[in-house]
Amino acid sequence: MTTSSVATEAAAVAAPVFSPKDFKSSLKPIWCPGCGDFGVLQGIYRALAAIGRPSHEIAFISGIGCSSRIPGYTTAYGFNSVHGRALPIAQGLKLANPDLLVLVAGGDGDGFSIGGGHVAHAIRRNQDLTYLVMDNQIYGLTKGQLSPTSRKGLHTVTSAYGSLENPVNPLMYVMGYGAAFVAQGTPADIPGLAAMIEEAIRFPGFAFVNIQSPCVTYGEPDQQIKVHKKVMKRLEDLGHDSSDRVQAFDRAQSYGSELLTGVFFRDPDPPPTYGSLIRARKQELMASAPRREDILDMFVQD
Amino acid sequence: MQVFDSGNVAAATSVKLARVQVVAAYPITPQTPLTEKLSQYVDSQVMDAEYVAVESEHSAMAVCIGASSAGARAFTATSSHGLLYMAEQLHWTAGARLPMVMCVVNRAVGAPFSIWNDQQDSISQRDCGWIQLYASDHQEILDTVIKAYRLSERICIPVMVCYDGYYLSHTYMPYRVPEQSAVDAFLPPYTYRHTLGPEKPTSLNTVTLPGGRTDIHGNFAPGYMELRESLDSEMKKAVAIYSEIDAEYLDIAGRGGDPIVQCYLCDDAEYVAVALGSMGRQLHDVADGLREEGIKIGVLSLAMFRPFPADILRAQLSGRKALIVFEKAFSPGQSGALRSELQAALYGEASQPELFNYILGLGGRSYSSVDFRSSIIESIQRKPGETGRCEEIGWIGLGR
Ligand SMILES: Cc1ncc(C[n+]2csc(CCOP(=O)(O)OP(=O)(O)O)c2C)c(N)n1
Ligand code: SF4
Repeated sequence: MTTSSVATEAAAVAAPVFSPKDFKSSLKPIWCPGCGDFGVLQGIYRALAAIGRPSHEIAFISGIGCSSRIPGYTTAYGFNSVHGRALPIAQGLKLANPDLLVLVAGGDGDGFSIGGGHVAHAIRRNQDLTYLVMDNQIYGLTKGQLSPTSRKGLHTVTSAYGSLENPVNPLMYVMGYGAAFVAQGTPADIPGLAAMIEEAIRFPGFAFVNIQSPCVTYGEPDQQIKVHKKVMKRLEDLGHDSSDRVQAFDRAQSYGSELLTGVFFRDPDPPPTYGSLIRARKQELMASAPRREDILDMFVQD
Repeated sequence: MQVFDSGNVAAATSVKLARVQVVAAYPITPQTPLTEKLSQYVDSQVMDAEYVAVESEHSAMAVCIGASSAGARAFTATSSHGLLYMAEQLHWTAGARLPMVMCVVNRAVGAPFSIWNDQQDSISQRDCGWIQLYASDHQEILDTVIKAYRLSERICIPVMVCYDGYYLSHTYMPYRVPEQSAVDAFLPPYTYRHTLGPEKPTSLNTVTLPGGRTDIHGNFAPGYMELRESLDSEMKKAVAIYSEIDAEYLDIAGRGGDPIVQCYLCDDAEYVAVALGSMGRQLHDVADGLREEGIKIGVLSLAMFRPFPADILRAQLSGRKALIVFEKAFSPGQSGALRSELQAALYGEASQPELFNYILGLGGRSYSSVDFRSSIIESIQRKPGETGRCEEIGWIGLGR
């Protein structure tokens, strides 16, 4: 951390300035060479530096999977939890300490198969969390089985002649449940990804970023950073209006056939977060609560 | 036919030979190669079955519940957290008296996160109403799964076939594979008495009131408690029934004869080392070495943990000088579960052996024959009457 000491007359303490390196832990990632998660991690470091909160104010929770190793490679507090349970654990954490910046990470398996049931509830509860899914359309850690986002027809070790199942479309999935911030990125464009993650963190409420992070070992041959670079299309270049939910739904349908990156939907009028509702409810009840003396009076006869 | 392959492939081969009709599974190390193999058998039509690549273990067991209720022979396999995530359905399957076999490829449980072997996963599920069998080598994995279907379908209680992750799942050993025709003769197609089907619409497992009731014919209808009692009494019969089934298997496969406990050098043994799973095999070498030094030691490998074969264990073990119980799981605040249960089984016997309990291999901590040997010697050298108290644990390899 570098502190730019701008001495003022009042000798005020200068706001700390962070660099991406400040969020890099001493652990060396053990991902396969070329794994997309390396680039994602760079994007996260940059986003956290731009946000400018010290690591001890950040909690990073993940499930289990290759991508769920991410928290350990940052200097934030956090842990690998149980496969599929990152979201509820993060919700408990945020409730207990609302001042923390809480990030959640995991794979498409963690988020949309074994943990799929939690996504809907995290969205409708709308706590201020940022959920990053490293969507590689495969179970990476367990070595290449069919995942919920694997395309129909994909040959894997659990679908020797091609999958017969339709994939989940994570973008439609979260929008269907009313998510107010939905974006998609790729480590082929680290600056774009970093900006998107930063925006997701700044968004008040549940924010979802689907990251197409190539699994170079078990993924399809086109799961390569260089292929992503060629085929990706930025939503902003397409004239996309991210405040328009219908347009967002429309564009999200291209998941699986096109690689669109950017913010699909950002609610221009973000719904209140769970935390703010709790605070408001408390105030309301406090305001209408009878005074202690008045309650006692009810039991005391003249 | 003799083959040389991994324990997981031995398990997959037995599932194929058992003509399982529905497999539902979610990958988890070290089970994954087993269910991947089954998926390939199904896809390539080597097996006439359906394979569902479900979204979690909870769903895997639920699919098997549905399949078994509709009359299909169902199979799943898992490890560690996968087994624990199924816990709700495990109780349900047993309570609903659904025949089924599941392989549990033993692995440690988090936190902290560990992918290595111990037996805490299956031991922690000992009270869910499933029969628990433990295999100690690849041949036993294969034979046990086939026999487990016979047992499960005969008494309508699901069976876990447990084997040590990596030690057995990922190592290669030679084993014999029986002919399909022999297995077919041994294990006829599954016909369940209470199959859900359009011919006889039924609603199963509705809310059961605390008290018994008379049914529409005026007969006493068993309530919740009667059904629980029957699970217990029927499960206890499994010891004898499994022995009968094993005798039949011996006829077709030429292997078997000691399905509940396997005793090695026990005839004249003053001391007996007791263990579940692959440790039993490793202890054979240790016993051979100690015998050369004149120590009269034998090994008892327990292949059935639920029901607990107390009669057989009493017959085998009372009168020995000491039992040294090695376990790769324990109940925090007490001791190894096997040790507690052995002690309970031997309580009140005229001549009770001293009992020593060692916990080892947790989270994959390595152990060797030297560890077994020194623990046995340490136990033997304790003075008579210095028996380990029931909560006393000797930890092998701590701080290593
Ligand atoms: C209850 C449970 N079931 C299964 C597993 C095994 N497991 C670990 S990670 C994983 C899936 C990994 O895929 P994904 O979540 O997409 O993450 P990736 O490794 O691809 O980043 C599985 C099945 C587990 N750890 N816990
Ligand atoms: S298996 Fe795939 S997802 Fe996992 S580290 Fe390797 S490339 Fe990355």
